[in-house]
Amino acid sequence: MPVVEYKVPENIDAAVSMLSNTKLSTKVMAGGTDLIIQSRAQSSDPLVVIDIKRIDSMMTAAIVDGGLHLGPSMSCAQLTARSDIKAIYPGLVEAAYLIGSTQVQGRCSVGGNLCNASPAADTIPALIVNGAECVIHGPKGERTVAAEDFAVGVGRNCMEQGELLTRIQIPAPAAKTSDAYLRFIPRTEMDIAVAGAAVSVTLDADGTCTAARVSIGAVATTALLVTEAADALIGTKLEDAALNAAAAAATAASKPITDRRGTIEFRRHVVGVLTRRAAVIAAQRAKEK
Amino acid sequence: MAKIHVNTSINGEVVEFLCEPHETLLDVLRNDLQLTGTKEGCASGDCGACSVTVNDALVCSCLVLGVEAEGAEIGTIEGVSNKDQLHVIQQKFLEHAALQCGICTPGLVVSTKKLLEENPNPTEEQARYYLAGNLCRCTGYDKIIRAVMDAAETMRGAA
Ligand code: FES
Ligand code: FES
Repeated sequence: MPVVEYKVPENIDAAVSMLSNTKLSTKVMAGGTDLIIQSRAQSSDPLVVIDIKRIDSMMTAAIVDGGLHLGPSMSCAQLTARSDIKAIYPGLVEAAYLIGSTQVQGRCSVGGNLCNASPAADTIPALIVNGAECVIHGPKGERTVAAEDFAVGVGRNCMEQGELLTRIQIPAPAAKTSDAYLRFIPRTEMDIAVAGAAVSVTLDADGTCTAARVSIGAVATTALLVTEAADALIGTKLEDAALNAAAAAATAASKPITDRRGTIEFRRHVVGVLTRRAAVIAAQRAKEK
Repeated sequence: MAKIHVNTSINGEVVEFLCEPHETLLDVLRNDLQLTGTKEGCASGDCGACSVTVNDALVCSCLVLGVEAEGAEIGTIEGVSNKDQLHVIQQKFLEHAALQCGICTPGLVVSTKKLLEENPNPTEEQARYYLAGNLCRCTGYDKIIRAVMDAAETMRGAA
């Protein structure tokens, strides 16, 4: 799909109308770290690229009432430099930081990670455990989709022709709530998750877990919200038995494939281990709040 | 398909060029502007040989479209030295023999410069992580890291 046309809308309405009124195959570009590579693939469809980086609201982030309004195209380098955001959602920022090299960080974005809908996308489990909502603009107006429903298959998201992801909205966490994201890769840097797990926990004054969310990545066609794993944590003080039960629930919920990066058995085991470890880190962070 | 007219700034100088929508910034730099210091290794964002800065962000120029340079400020290896006076980082790469074939070197120098702007006193581990996107086939990295740490120390002393 060679790029044959490049458009730069100044606002969201212009972008939506460019996306709707086209006969050619049209793609939105943020950092382009996936799109530019995909545009060089064999298939010969000419491609129109809509670069939405001149739209201010796509590129900025603000703390609103203790929660986050994230411009989907803000680079991960800019996001991870924001200590105010990291203080509220350390696991999300950690996940964003794991994508690619320093050079890729300079361009890639959380919105791009969502829209590209890789099963191994690092930020999607972290968005899911934080209850993120994806605000979508289209020819028929605005709608909101929960992060766990945004990706619908390998490389496929829920948006229809003409729709644009315009904001990622994350609610303010409750008191003594924090998150963590861990992934397994065979190297120390620059790799794709073989399995990943994000956990968010809320503790009460005596350290009992009153709320939790668990999401696992790279072990199914999309990142999964695993309520059974969260239920295993809620009402406990996160003792070994509870952590092991959450790990077992994550393993049970996973539906991985065997490929050159890992086998089914390995992925199922590791996703449980990561869930357990992420729960411990999230709980430690929640205690320190 | 008509070429697109782009106004940009490269190493502080105003530059105009024409390019096709599919051409990368790397193609434009090397083929149209004869700025061949920036190298192509993989053309897929994996090796860092094509590292440049765009509006102060370190990026792979093989993953930027040339048309995106409109109104931007680009920094390349050609802007690192002060005319014939090598930058400290370049000098230290020479002193520590931190290059063999040299294909990775322009990208590493550009990345190191950005690293030391962001963090003038990195630990060796921080330097290694920051530069993990710059692959080198030849040196085994240790000499590069020694050059980077020495450059950092020298630049701190001069500041
Ligand atoms: S040529 Fe751009 S990263 Fe290798
Ligand atoms: S010196 Fe040859 S690739 Fe680094």
